[in-house]
Amino acid sequence: MGFAIVSGFEILLRLCALNASPQTMPERSHFQEFSKGIVSQNAVFVLVVGICPTLAVTTGLKSAVAMGVGVIAVLTCSNVIISLLRNVIPREVRIPCFIVVIASFVTMIEITFKAYLPPGINAALGIFLPLIVVNCSILHRAESFAYKNDVGRSLLDGLGTGVGFALAICLVATVREALGNGTVWGYSWLPTSWPVEYVPASILIQAPGAFLVLGLLLAGFNWLRRTRERP
Amino acid sequence: MDIARFLSIGFSAIFVSNFVLAKFLGLCPFLGVTQRIKNALGMGAAVTFVMFLASFVTYLLYGLVLKEGAALVGADLVLVLKTPMFILVIATLVQLVEMFLRSRVPALYDALGVYLPLITTNCAIMGVALLNTTDAPEELQRLGEENFLEGLLVATWYGIAAGLGFTLAMLLMSGVRQRLVHAGVPEPLKGIPIAFICTGLMAMAFLGFAGML
Repeated sequence: MGFAIVSGFEILLRLCALNASPQTMPERSHFQEFSKGIVSQNAVFVLVVGICPTLAVTTGLKSAVAMGVGVIAVLTCSNVIISLLRNVIPREVRIPCFIVVIASFVTMIEITFKAYLPPGINAALGIFLPLIVVNCSILHRAESFAYKNDVGRSLLDGLGTGVGFALAICLVATVREALGNGTVWGYSWLPTSWPVEYVPASILIQAPGAFLVLGLLLAGFNWLRRTRERP
Repeated sequence: MDIARFLSIGFSAIFVSNFVLAKFLGLCPFLGVTQRIKNALGMGAAVTFVMFLASFVTYLLYGLVLKEGAALVGADLVLVLKTPMFILVIATLVQLVEMFLRSRVPALYDALGVYLPLITTNCAIMGVALLNTTDAPEELQRLGEENFLEGLLVATWYGIAAGLGFTLAMLLMSGVRQRLVHAGVPEPLKGIPIAFICTGLMAMAFLGFAGML
């Protein structure tokens, strides 16, 4: 079992590495440890991992925020625990160990959300809440960071990656909700007596709109990066 | 259970609520392994096979161990144990399939070999397990209460059909991407962004199936 997950994960890592710039800076300040996950190594817009929840829960800003909070919590806690256990976990079975740790935190988050969040948001999250366990970005951080670094740095790395993911899905959700439903966080943002009436394009909150919005946003970030590199 | 119900479940899983294009499951391999038609077909076949096994085994475990009043335990373990249990079962299953194929069907192993381990981290497999058990539509839940074997049959068929739908989406996408290589795509859109936009257009076409059921 260990082998299946290990080799599957290594192939995935290689796929990620095609998009990511190589990690060549061993010495980072604590703030850089936190901020790299938000900008230069953003899970959604730079590494393109964890795409399934990014598309599925972004029909509204509220469910995206809930998902973001869930991912931040799971990522931070699992990074801390794995970093604490990094000298105890044998190298050969590390991936199954990571998965058990992550699955425990996912279960805790799921039970907490079921108890405290309104049913509408829980329905919008649906199976994507337990599916955080197979979110590549969490396993990616556990394997490539928490297993090799001390607790403080792993905590900052987990927080940073989680916040980067949460901001990315909130951006996608804001675009989709604002243009597809005419609301942001449930409030209508469109002036009622505008010269021309804007009819919300409901395709954007349906499945095809998710792909279109994410594709265009990715292209926009590529364009930004390109113009900044070659002024 | 008549044959028409089976056909409508299959049609729904393949076309109307396609796993990739409507449910957003399994997007990592969808973007990662669709550069060539041959690879896409191999990945699709491997996923379909594992989905068939996974939906069978997880439904069995759900009915016998996890569910409240289950045959073997009796306590309600669903909320606490479903995530760790399903993911470990799927990982074990993938490993068993790989070992079996390597020793018994080497030809198939050589064809699927690279893709098999990649499947464990594919959220479509975990997704089909959840959609069959805890997040099942009411109809399937009621069926499972009345007749466990029939529920098992429907769950397994849903797994196979979802796998076929995944394969169909992979094949369509790989065909599109082979053409995209020769297309004059603007520089910032090259690679993954244009793949997403093509997927969006395909999903729009698949929305047309929604009226059929």
